[in-house]
Amino acid sequence: MRKVCVAGVGMTKFGKSEKSSIEMFAEAAMEAIIGSNIKPSDIQCLYLGNVFGDFEEGQALMAPYAAREIGLSVGTPSLRFEGACASASMAIRDAFVAVAGGFYDVVLAGGTERELAMGTPLATRTFNMATEQYYEGMTGLTFPGVFAILSRLYSKKYGIPLSKLKERMAMVAVKNHKNGAKNPLAQFRKEITVEEVLSGPMIAEPLQLLDCCPFTDGAAAIIITTEEKAKKMVEKPVYILGVGQGSGAPLYRQKDFTLIESRVAAAKTAYAMAGIEPKDIDVAEVHDCFTTAEIVATECLGFFDFGTASEAVEKGETQIGGRIPINPSGGLKSKGHPIGATGAAQAYEIVKQVRGEFVERGTQVEGAKIGLTDTLGGDSGVICNIIYGIKG
Amino acid sequence: MYKLTYKQYFEALKEGKLLGLKCNDCGSYTAPPKLCCDKCGSTNNEVVTLSGKGVIKTFTVIRVAPEGYDAPYIVAMAELEEGPWLMGNIANVDPDKAKMDNIIGKKVTVGAKVLPKMNYTPDEGVTPAFIIAE
Repeated sequence: MRKVCVAGVGMTKFGKSEKSSIEMFAEAAMEAIIGSNIKPSDIQCLYLGNVFGDFEEGQALMAPYAAREIGLSVGTPSLRFEGACASASMAIRDAFVAVAGGFYDVVLAGGTERELAMGTPLATRTFNMATEQYYEGMTGLTFPGVFAILSRLYSKKYGIPLSKLKERMAMVAVKNHKNGAKNPLAQFRKEITVEEVLSGPMIAEPLQLLDCCPFTDGAAAIIITTEEKAKKMVEKPVYILGVGQGSGAPLYRQKDFTLIESRVAAAKTAYAMAGIEPKDIDVAEVHDCFTTAEIVATECLGFFDFGTASEAVEKGETQIGGRIPINPSGGLKSKGHPIGATGAAQAYEIVKQVRGEFVERGTQVEGAKIGLTDTLGGDSGVICNIIYGIKG
Repeated sequence: MYKLTYKQYFEALKEGKLLGLKCNDCGSYTAPPKLCCDKCGSTNNEVVTLSGKGVIKTFTVIRVAPEGYDAPYIVAMAELEEGPWLMGNIANVDPDKAKMDNIIGKKVTVGAKVLPKMNYTPDEGVTPAFIIAE
Protein backbone atom coordinates (compact mmCIF):
# COMPACT_ATOMS: atom_id res chain seq x y z
CA MET A 1 0.00 0.00 0.00
CA ARG A 2 1.35 3.44 -0.98
CA LYS A 3 1.44 6.34 1.46
CA VAL A 4 -1.39 8.80 0.74
CA CYS A 5 -1.53 12.54 1.41
CA VAL A 6 -3.88 15.49 1.23
CA ALA A 7 -2.53 18.45 -0.78
CA GLY A 8 -5.02 21.34 -1.10
CA VAL A 9 -8.41 21.78 0.58
CA GLY A 10 -11.34 24.08 -0.22
CA MET A 11 -14.67 25.00 1.31
CA THR A 12 -17.48 27.46 0.68
CA LYS A 13 -19.15 29.62 3.30
CA PHE A 14 -21.88 27.49 4.88
CA GLY A 15 -25.43 28.83 5.23
CA LYS A 16 -27.98 29.96 2.68
CA SER A 17 -26.54 30.02 -0.83
CA GLU A 18 -27.78 31.59 -4.03
CA LYS A 19 -25.49 29.25 -5.99
CA SER A 20 -26.36 25.83 -7.42
CA SER A 21 -24.90 22.66 -5.89
CA ILE A 22 -22.53 22.37 -8.82
CA GLU A 23 -21.47 26.03 -8.59
CA MET A 24 -20.78 25.63 -4.86
CA PHE A 25 -18.76 22.47 -5.45
CA ALA A 26 -16.83 24.09 -8.30
CA GLU A 27 -15.74 26.94 -6.02
CA ALA A 28 -14.59 24.60 -3.24
CA ALA A 29 -12.86 22.31 -5.75
CA MET A 30 -11.04 25.17 -7.48
CA GLU A 31 -9.75 26.40 -4.11
CA ALA A 32 -8.39 22.89 -3.43
CA ILE A 33 -6.87 22.65 -6.93
CA ILE A 34 -5.19 26.06 -6.70
CA GLY A 35 -4.01 25.23 -3.16
CA SER A 36 -2.41 22.06 -4.55
CA ASN A 37 -0.59 23.99 -7.30
CA ILE A 38 -2.03 21.69 -9.98
CA LYS A 39 -4.33 22.05 -12.98
CA PRO A 40 -7.80 20.46 -13.31
CA SER A 41 -6.38 18.26 -16.09
CA ASP A 42 -4.02 16.64 -13.52
CA ILE A 43 -7.02 15.10 -11.74
CA GLN A 44 -7.66 11.48 -12.68
CA CYS A 45 -11.02 10.89 -10.98
CA LEU A 46 -13.78 12.77 -9.13
CA TYR A 47 -15.55 11.26 -6.11
CA LEU A 48 -18.51 13.53 -5.28
CA GLY A 49 -20.72 13.25 -2.21
CA ASN A 50 -24.31 14.35 -2.76
CA VAL A 51 -27.47 13.00 -1.16
CA PHE A 52 -30.64 14.87 -2.11
CA GLY A 53 -29.79 16.78 -5.29
CA ASP A 54 -32.78 15.06 -6.86
CA PHE A 55 -35.16 16.63 -4.30
CA GLU A 56 -33.34 19.93 -3.84
CA GLU A 57 -32.82 20.92 -7.47
CA GLY A 58 -34.33 18.07 -9.46
CA GLN A 59 -30.75 17.24 -10.34
CA ALA A 60 -29.62 13.62 -10.52
CA LEU A 61 -26.32 12.65 -12.18
CA MET A 62 -24.44 15.56 -10.66
CA ALA A 63 -20.91 14.11 -10.74
CA PRO A 64 -20.13 14.35 -14.48
CA TYR A 65 -21.58 17.86 -14.76
CA ALA A 66 -19.50 18.92 -11.75
CA ALA A 67 -16.43 17.35 -13.35
CA ARG A 68 -16.87 19.30 -16.58
CA GLU A 69 -17.83 22.50 -14.72
CA ILE A 70 -14.32 22.66 -13.26
CA GLY A 71 -12.54 21.60 -16.42
CA LEU A 72 -11.74 17.94 -15.79
CA SER A 73 -11.02 16.20 -19.07
CA VAL A 74 -13.64 14.20 -20.99
CA GLY A 75 -11.83 10.96 -20.15
CA THR A 76 -12.02 11.51 -16.37
CA PRO A 77 -14.42 9.20 -14.52
CA SER A 78 -16.75 10.85 -11.98
CA LEU A 79 -18.77 9.05 -9.33
CA ARG A 80 -21.53 10.09 -6.92
CA PHE A 81 -21.21 8.82 -3.35
CA GLU A 82 -24.40 8.50 -1.32
CA GLY A 83 -23.92 7.54 2.30
CA ALA A 84 -26.41 10.03 3.76
CA CYS A 85 -24.58 12.46 6.07
CA ALA A 86 -21.29 10.52 5.66
CA SER A 87 -21.22 10.77 1.84
CA ALA A 88 -18.11 12.98 1.53
CA SER A 89 -16.17 10.95 4.10
CA MET A 90 -16.97 7.84 2.07
CA ALA A 91 -15.71 9.65 -1.04
CA ILE A 92 -12.47 10.58 0.75
CA ARG A 93 -12.00 7.06 2.07
CA ASP A 94 -12.49 5.56 -1.39
CA ALA A 95 -10.09 8.13 -2.87
CA PHE A 96 -7.57 6.98 -0.25
CA VAL A 97 -8.17 3.33 -1.25
CA ALA A 98 -7.70 4.11 -4.96
CA VAL A 99 -4.47 6.07 -4.43
CA ALA A 100 -3.07 3.68 -1.80
CA GLY A 101 -3.74 0.73 -4.09
CA GLY A 102 -1.92 2.41 -6.98
CA PHE A 103 -4.81 2.83 -9.41
CA TYR A 104 -4.85 6.65 -9.36
CA ASP A 105 -2.24 9.23 -8.35
CA VAL A 106 -4.51 12.29 -8.02
CA VAL A 107 -8.18 12.20 -6.99
CA LEU A 108 -10.53 15.08 -6.24
CA ALA A 109 -12.98 14.18 -3.45
CA GLY A 110 -15.63 16.17 -1.65
CA GLY A 111 -19.30 16.92 -1.68
CA THR A 112 -22.07 19.45 -2.07
CA GLU A 113 -25.63 19.95 -0.83
CA ARG A 114 -28.34 22.62 -1.10
CA GLU A 115 -30.80 21.68 1.63
CA LEU A 116 -32.44 25.04 2.31
CA ALA A 117 -34.12 24.97 -1.11
CA MET A 118 -36.40 22.16 0.18
CA GLY A 119 -38.07 23.88 3.15
CA THR A 120 -38.45 22.14 6.53
CA PRO A 121 -41.30 19.62 5.85
CA LEU A 122 -39.72 18.15 2.68
CA ALA A 123 -36.20 18.34 4.14
CA THR A 124 -37.42 16.48 7.25
CA ARG A 125 -39.06 13.87 5.00
CA THR A 126 -35.95 13.37 2.86
CA PHE A 127 -33.71 13.01 5.92
CA ASN A 128 -36.17 10.40 7.24
CA MET A 129 -35.43 8.45 4.03
CA ALA A 130 -32.02 7.54 5.47
CA THR A 131 -33.67 5.49 8.20
CA GLU A 132 -34.83 1.98 7.27
CA GLN A 133 -38.16 2.63 5.56
CA TYR A 134 -40.39 -0.42 6.02
CA TYR A 135 -40.10 -1.04 9.76
CA GLU A 136 -38.80 2.28 11.09
CA GLY A 137 -39.38 5.27 8.77
CA MET A 138 -43.13 4.67 8.57
CA THR A 139 -43.51 5.50 12.27
CA GLY A 140 -42.81 9.12 11.26
CA LEU A 141 -39.41 8.98 12.95
CA THR A 142 -37.32 12.08 12.25
CA PHE A 143 -33.57 12.50 12.73
CA PRO A 144 -34.01 14.63 15.84
CA GLY A 145 -36.34 11.78 16.89
CA VAL A 146 -33.53 9.22 16.57
CA PHE A 147 -31.29 11.12 18.97
CA ALA A 148 -34.24 11.94 21.22
CA ILE A 149 -34.87 8.21 21.60
CA LEU A 150 -31.16 7.71 22.20
CA SER A 151 -31.06 10.47 24.84
CA ARG A 152 -33.69 8.71 26.95
CA LEU A 153 -31.96 5.32 26.58
CA TYR A 154 -28.71 6.99 27.66
CA SER A 155 -30.29 8.71 30.67
CA LYS A 156 -31.82 5.40 31.88
CA LYS A 157 -28.78 3.23 31.14
CA TYR A 158 -26.26 5.37 33.00
CA GLY A 159 -28.59 6.70 35.69
CA ILE A 160 -28.07 10.34 34.70
CA PRO A 161 -31.33 12.22 35.39
CA LEU A 162 -32.70 13.65 32.14
CA SER A 163 -32.59 17.22 33.53
CA LYS A 164 -28.87 16.81 34.29
CA LEU A 165 -28.18 15.21 30.92
CA LYS A 166 -30.05 17.99 29.12
CA GLU A 167 -27.93 20.62 30.87
CA ARG A 168 -24.75 18.85 29.73
CA MET A 169 -26.18 18.44 26.21
CA ALA A 170 -26.77 22.19 26.17
CA MET A 171 -23.09 22.67 27.09
CA VAL A 172 -22.13 20.81 23.89
CA ALA A 173 -24.17 23.33 21.87
CA VAL A 174 -22.68 26.26 23.79
CA LYS A 175 -19.12 25.00 23.20
CA ASN A 176 -19.64 24.42 19.49
CA HIS A 177 -21.27 27.81 18.98
CA LYS A 178 -18.37 29.41 20.87
CA ASN A 179 -15.96 27.83 18.37
CA GLY A 180 -18.20 28.47 15.36
CA ALA A 181 -18.51 32.17 16.26
CA LYS A 182 -14.81 32.47 15.36
CA ASN A 183 -15.15 30.54 12.07
CA PRO A 184 -15.82 32.90 9.14
CA LEU A 185 -17.23 29.99 7.11
CA ALA A 186 -19.77 28.92 9.77
CA GLN A 187 -23.54 29.26 9.29
CA PHE A 188 -24.16 30.57 12.83
CA ARG A 189 -21.44 32.90 14.11
CA LYS A 190 -23.16 33.56 17.38
CA GLU A 191 -22.46 32.45 20.93
CA ILE A 192 -25.40 31.01 22.87
CA THR A 193 -26.08 30.19 26.53
CA VAL A 194 -27.30 27.05 28.33
CA GLU A 195 -30.47 28.97 29.27
CA GLU A 196 -31.18 29.76 25.61
CA VAL A 197 -30.79 26.07 24.65
CA LEU A 198 -33.10 24.96 27.46
CA SER A 199 -35.79 27.51 26.61
CA GLY A 200 -35.95 26.82 22.87
CA PRO A 201 -38.90 25.22 21.05
CA MET A 202 -39.25 21.44 21.40
CA ILE A 203 -38.38 19.53 18.19
CA ALA A 204 -38.44 15.89 19.32
CA GLU A 205 -38.67 15.50 23.10
CA PRO A 206 -36.26 15.91 24.84
CA LEU A 207 -34.36 17.66 22.00
CA GLN A 208 -34.95 21.38 21.61
CA LEU A 209 -34.12 23.60 18.65
CA LEU A 210 -30.57 24.44 19.75
CA ASP A 211 -29.80 20.76 20.41
CA CYS A 212 -30.13 20.29 16.63
CA CYS A 213 -27.85 21.21 13.73
CA PRO A 214 -29.44 23.34 11.00
CA PHE A 215 -30.27 22.65 7.36
CA THR A 216 -27.42 24.13 5.31
CA ASP A 217 -26.16 24.85 1.80
CA GLY A 218 -22.45 24.34 1.18
CA ALA A 219 -19.62 22.40 -0.44
CA ALA A 220 -16.10 21.25 0.41
CA ALA A 221 -13.33 19.48 -1.52
CA ILE A 222 -9.86 17.99 -1.04
CA ILE A 223 -7.09 16.75 -3.31
CA ILE A 224 -5.82 13.27 -2.42
CA THR A 225 -2.55 12.11 -3.90
CA THR A 226 0.60 10.08 -3.33
CA GLU A 227 3.22 11.11 -0.77
CA GLU A 228 5.70 11.64 -3.60
CA LYS A 229 3.42 13.96 -5.59
CA ALA A 230 2.11 15.79 -2.53
CA LYS A 231 5.67 16.72 -1.52
CA LYS A 232 6.09 18.42 -4.90
CA MET A 233 2.68 20.16 -4.73
CA VAL A 234 2.66 21.68 -1.25
CA GLU A 235 4.96 22.67 1.58
CA LYS A 236 3.05 20.75 4.26
CA PRO A 237 1.48 17.55 2.93
CA VAL A 238 -0.93 15.97 5.41
CA TYR A 239 -0.86 12.17 5.61
CA ILE A 240 -3.96 10.01 5.74
CA LEU A 241 -2.76 7.62 8.44
CA GLY A 242 -5.80 5.40 8.81
CA VAL A 243 -9.36 4.91 7.58
CA GLY A 244 -12.27 2.82 8.80
CA GLN A 245 -15.86 2.36 7.77
CA GLY A 246 -18.68 0.33 9.25
CA SER A 247 -22.20 -0.73 8.24
CA GLY A 248 -24.84 -0.54 10.95
CA ALA A 249 -28.18 -2.34 11.10
CA PRO A 250 -31.51 -0.51 11.46
CA LEU A 251 -32.10 0.77 15.01
CA TYR A 252 -34.67 -1.90 15.95
CA ARG A 253 -31.99 -4.54 15.33
CA GLN A 254 -29.29 -2.59 17.16
CA LYS A 255 -31.69 -2.40 20.14
CA ASP A 256 -29.84 -0.24 22.73
CA PHE A 257 -27.87 1.96 20.33
CA THR A 258 -26.17 4.20 22.92
CA LEU A 259 -23.08 2.15 22.02
CA ILE A 260 -22.95 2.38 18.22
CA GLU A 261 -21.16 -0.80 17.18
CA SER A 262 -20.50 0.32 13.59
CA ARG A 263 -18.61 3.32 15.00
CA VAL A 264 -16.59 1.24 17.45
CA ALA A 265 -15.64 -1.08 14.57
CA ALA A 266 -14.81 1.73 12.13
CA ALA A 267 -12.67 3.57 14.68
CA LYS A 268 -10.85 0.35 15.64
CA THR A 269 -9.94 -0.23 11.98
CA ALA A 270 -8.70 3.35 11.56
CA TYR A 271 -6.64 3.33 14.78
CA ALA A 272 -5.08 -0.04 13.88
CA MET A 273 -4.11 1.15 10.38
CA ALA A 274 -2.56 4.30 11.84
CA GLY A 275 -0.86 2.28 14.59
CA ILE A 276 -2.13 4.65 17.26
CA GLU A 277 -4.60 4.77 20.14
CA PRO A 278 -7.41 7.21 20.96
CA LYS A 279 -5.13 9.04 23.42
CA ASP A 280 -2.80 9.95 20.52
CA ILE A 281 -5.47 12.08 18.80
CA ASP A 282 -4.84 15.80 19.38
CA VAL A 283 -8.04 17.17 17.85
CA ALA A 284 -11.26 15.72 16.40
CA GLU A 285 -14.16 16.83 14.25
CA VAL A 286 -17.01 14.64 15.44
CA HIS A 287 -20.53 14.15 14.05
CA ASP A 288 -22.54 16.45 16.34
CA CYS A 289 -25.76 16.52 14.31
CA PHE A 290 -27.45 16.67 17.72
CA THR A 291 -25.92 17.43 21.11
CA THR A 292 -26.28 13.85 22.37
CA ALA A 293 -24.75 12.60 19.12
CA GLU A 294 -21.43 14.23 20.05
CA ILE A 295 -21.56 12.76 23.56
CA VAL A 296 -22.04 9.15 22.39
CA ALA A 297 -19.58 9.56 19.50
CA THR A 298 -16.73 10.59 21.79
CA GLU A 299 -17.34 7.44 23.87
CA CYS A 300 -17.40 5.11 20.86
CA LEU A 301 -14.20 6.72 19.56
CA GLY A 302 -12.46 5.83 22.83
CA PHE A 303 -11.91 9.37 24.13
CA PHE A 304 -14.04 8.70 27.22
CA ASP A 305 -15.38 5.64 29.02
CA PHE A 306 -18.98 4.73 28.19
CA GLY A 307 -21.40 6.78 30.28
CA THR A 308 -18.84 9.45 31.22
CA ALA A 309 -18.66 11.80 28.21
CA SER A 310 -21.42 14.17 29.34
CA GLU A 311 -19.54 14.76 32.60
CA ALA A 312 -16.36 15.39 30.58
CA VAL A 313 -18.22 18.08 28.62
CA GLU A 314 -19.24 19.72 31.89
CA LYS A 315 -15.60 19.68 33.05
CA GLY A 316 -14.49 21.40 29.84
CA GLU A 317 -12.40 18.46 28.59
CA THR A 318 -13.70 18.87 25.01
CA GLN A 319 -13.02 22.63 24.82
CA ILE A 320 -10.07 24.00 22.86
CA GLY A 321 -7.31 23.77 25.49
CA GLY A 322 -9.05 20.79 27.13
CA ARG A 323 -7.87 17.17 27.15
CA ILE A 324 -9.32 16.40 23.69
CA PRO A 325 -10.71 19.39 21.78
CA ILE A 326 -13.85 18.38 19.87
CA ASN A 327 -15.23 20.38 16.94
CA PRO A 328 -13.01 23.48 16.92
CA SER A 329 -14.72 24.45 13.63
CA GLY A 330 -18.05 24.81 15.42
CA GLY A 331 -19.10 21.34 14.30
CA LEU A 332 -22.26 20.53 12.38
CA LYS A 333 -24.14 22.34 15.14
CA SER A 334 -22.79 25.83 14.46
CA LYS A 335 -20.82 25.54 11.21
CA GLY A 336 -23.77 23.84 9.49
CA HIS A 337 -24.50 20.42 7.98
CA PRO A 338 -24.82 20.26 4.18
CA ILE A 339 -24.92 16.48 4.37
CA GLY A 340 -23.21 15.61 1.09
CA ALA A 341 -20.30 17.94 1.97
CA THR A 342 -19.95 17.50 5.73
CA GLY A 343 -17.14 14.91 5.77
CA ALA A 344 -15.01 17.02 3.45
CA ALA A 345 -15.62 20.12 5.60
CA GLN A 346 -14.45 18.10 8.63
CA ALA A 347 -11.34 17.16 6.62
CA TYR A 348 -10.82 20.85 5.71
CA GLU A 349 -10.77 21.73 9.41
CA ILE A 350 -8.47 18.89 10.52
CA VAL A 351 -6.00 19.37 7.65
CA LYS A 352 -5.66 23.06 8.55
CA GLN A 353 -5.48 22.27 12.28
CA VAL A 354 -2.50 19.93 11.82
CA ARG A 355 -0.88 22.48 9.50
CA GLY A 356 -1.28 25.05 12.30
CA GLU A 357 -3.29 27.54 10.22
CA PHE A 358 -5.90 28.67 12.75
CA VAL A 359 -3.77 30.78 15.11
CA GLU A 360 -5.21 34.04 13.77
CA ARG A 361 -8.76 32.71 13.87
CA GLY A 362 -8.23 31.97 17.55
CA THR A 363 -9.25 28.31 17.33
CA GLN A 364 -5.88 26.63 16.77
CA VAL A 365 -5.39 23.53 18.93
CA GLU A 366 -1.83 24.13 20.10
CA GLY A 367 0.67 21.61 18.82
CA ALA A 368 -1.93 19.50 16.98
CA LYS A 369 -0.17 16.85 14.85
CA ILE A 370 -2.81 14.13 14.55
CA GLY A 371 -6.51 14.71 13.99
CA LEU A 372 -9.56 12.52 13.43
CA THR A 373 -12.79 12.99 11.53
CA ASP A 374 -15.91 11.06 12.51
CA THR A 375 -18.92 11.08 10.22
CA LEU A 376 -22.22 9.29 10.73
CA GLY A 377 -24.58 8.48 7.87
CA GLY A 378 -28.23 7.81 8.60
CA ASP A 379 -28.88 6.51 12.10
CA SER A 380 -25.42 4.86 12.08
CA GLY A 381 -25.92 2.87 8.86
CA VAL A 382 -22.60 4.35 7.75
CA ILE A 383 -19.81 5.40 10.06
CA CYS A 384 -16.58 6.63 8.52
CA ASN A 385 -13.48 7.55 10.50
CA ILE A 386 -10.34 9.07 8.97
CA ILE A 387 -7.10 9.93 10.77
CA TYR A 388 -4.90 12.73 9.40
CA GLY A 389 -1.38 13.60 10.53
CA ILE A 390 1.60 15.77 9.77
CA LYS A 391 5.30 14.88 10.06
CA GLY A 392 7.61 16.55 12.54
CA MET B 1 -35.69 -18.08 -0.45
CA TYR B 2 -37.66 -15.64 1.77
CA LYS B 3 -39.84 -17.37 4.35
CA LEU B 4 -41.45 -14.06 5.39
CA THR B 5 -41.42 -10.91 3.25
CA TYR B 6 -42.37 -7.44 4.45
CA LYS B 7 -45.71 -7.75 2.65
CA GLN B 8 -46.64 -11.00 4.39
CA TYR B 9 -45.53 -9.51 7.72
CA PHE B 10 -47.65 -6.37 7.10
CA GLU B 11 -50.75 -8.39 6.09
CA ALA B 12 -50.54 -10.48 9.27
CA LEU B 13 -49.94 -7.39 11.45
CA LYS B 14 -53.08 -5.82 9.98
CA GLU B 15 -55.01 -8.89 11.13
CA GLY B 16 -53.59 -8.61 14.66
CA LYS B 17 -50.91 -11.31 14.28
CA LEU B 18 -47.27 -10.43 14.93
CA LEU B 19 -45.12 -12.80 12.89
CA GLY B 20 -41.41 -13.46 13.24
CA LEU B 21 -38.79 -16.06 12.49
CA LYS B 22 -37.49 -18.69 14.90
CA CYS B 23 -34.02 -20.00 14.14
CA ASN B 24 -33.80 -23.81 14.11
CA ASP B 25 -30.05 -23.62 14.70
CA CYS B 26 -29.62 -21.17 17.59
CA GLY B 27 -33.21 -20.83 18.83
CA SER B 28 -33.34 -17.03 18.74
CA TYR B 29 -36.16 -14.94 17.28
CA THR B 30 -35.89 -12.38 14.47
CA ALA B 31 -38.55 -9.68 13.97
CA PRO B 32 -39.28 -7.76 11.85
CA PRO B 33 -38.28 -10.46 9.35
CA LYS B 34 -35.15 -10.64 7.25
CA LEU B 35 -33.45 -13.24 5.10
CA CYS B 36 -31.38 -14.84 7.85
CA CYS B 37 -31.33 -15.17 11.62
CA ASP B 38 -30.29 -11.84 13.13
CA LYS B 39 -28.13 -13.59 15.72
CA CYS B 40 -26.31 -16.38 13.89
CA GLY B 41 -26.99 -15.73 10.20
CA SER B 42 -28.61 -19.12 9.57
CA THR B 43 -31.32 -19.42 6.92
CA ASN B 44 -32.66 -22.54 8.66
CA ASN B 45 -35.59 -20.78 10.28
CA GLU B 46 -39.37 -20.99 10.42
CA VAL B 47 -42.24 -18.50 10.59
CA VAL B 48 -43.84 -18.28 14.03
CA THR B 49 -46.53 -16.16 15.64
CA LEU B 50 -45.06 -14.05 18.45
CA SER B 51 -46.88 -13.21 21.68
CA GLY B 52 -47.32 -9.56 20.68
CA LYS B 53 -46.37 -8.53 24.22
CA GLY B 54 -43.47 -6.35 25.26
CA VAL B 55 -42.11 -3.49 27.34
CA ILE B 56 -41.40 0.11 26.24
CA LYS B 57 -37.66 0.87 26.40
CA THR B 58 -37.58 4.46 25.08
CA PHE B 59 -39.68 7.03 23.20
CA THR B 60 -39.91 10.56 21.86
CA VAL B 61 -42.71 12.96 21.01
CA ILE B 62 -42.19 14.26 17.48
CA ARG B 63 -43.05 17.97 17.38
CA VAL B 64 -41.69 18.77 13.89
CA ALA B 65 -42.91 16.15 11.44
CA PRO B 66 -41.87 15.07 7.96
CA GLU B 67 -44.10 15.97 5.02
CA GLY B 68 -47.11 13.63 5.12
CA TYR B 69 -47.22 13.28 8.95
CA ASP B 70 -49.10 15.41 11.51
CA ALA B 71 -47.28 16.26 14.76
CA PRO B 72 -47.40 15.66 17.66
CA TYR B 73 -47.15 11.88 17.90
CA ILE B 74 -45.14 9.38 19.92
CA VAL B 75 -42.46 7.14 18.42
CA ALA B 76 -41.27 4.39 20.76
CA MET B 77 -39.18 1.23 20.88
CA ALA B 78 -40.48 -1.86 22.66
CA GLU B 79 -38.66 -5.06 23.62
CA LEU B 80 -40.78 -8.11 22.85
CA GLU B 81 -41.05 -11.08 25.23
CA GLU B 82 -39.15 -13.15 22.65
CA GLY B 83 -36.22 -10.69 22.55
CA PRO B 84 -36.47 -8.56 19.38
CA TRP B 85 -37.16 -4.81 19.55
CA LEU B 86 -39.78 -3.07 17.41
CA MET B 87 -40.19 0.58 16.57
CA GLY B 88 -43.74 1.89 16.49
CA ASN B 89 -46.18 4.55 17.64
CA ILE B 90 -48.00 4.56 20.97
CA ALA B 91 -51.73 4.48 20.32
CA ASN B 92 -53.37 5.25 23.65
CA VAL B 93 -51.31 8.04 25.28
CA ASP B 94 -51.81 11.77 24.70
CA PRO B 95 -48.42 13.02 23.38
CA ASP B 96 -48.70 16.09 25.63
CA LYS B 97 -48.88 13.81 28.68
CA ALA B 98 -46.06 11.43 27.70
CA LYS B 99 -43.28 11.49 30.31
CA MET B 100 -40.49 9.03 31.06
CA ASP B 101 -42.18 7.64 34.18
CA ASN B 102 -45.55 6.93 32.56
CA ILE B 103 -44.09 5.39 29.38
CA ILE B 104 -40.69 3.69 29.87
CA GLY B 105 -40.98 0.23 31.43
CA LYS B 106 -44.71 -0.03 30.73
CA LYS B 107 -46.12 -3.29 29.36
CA VAL B 108 -47.64 -3.09 25.90
CA THR B 109 -49.46 -5.20 23.34
CA VAL B 110 -48.67 -4.73 19.66
CA GLY B 111 -51.46 -3.46 17.42
CA ALA B 112 -51.28 -2.07 13.90
CA LYS B 113 -51.63 1.29 12.21
CA VAL B 114 -52.28 1.31 8.46
CA LEU B 115 -50.75 4.13 6.43
CA PRO B 116 -52.06 4.96 2.96
CA LYS B 117 -49.67 5.08 0.03
CA MET B 118 -47.86 8.44 0.13
CA ASN B 119 -45.27 10.21 -1.98
CA TYR B 120 -42.12 8.08 -2.11
CA THR B 121 -43.72 4.95 -0.61
CA PRO B 122 -44.27 1.91 -2.83
CA ASP B 123 -47.60 0.86 -1.36
CA GLU B 124 -49.74 1.10 1.76
CA GLY B 125 -47.70 0.68 4.95
CA VAL B 126 -48.35 -0.98 8.29
CA THR B 127 -46.53 0.07 11.44
CA PRO B 128 -46.78 -1.30 14.99
CA ALA B 129 -49.13 0.65 17.28
CA PHE B 130 -48.22 -0.09 20.90
CA ILE B 131 -51.10 -0.18 23.36
CA ILE B 132 -50.10 0.45 26.96
CA ALA B 133 -51.89 -1.91 29.36
CA GLU B 134 -54.26 -0.13 31.72
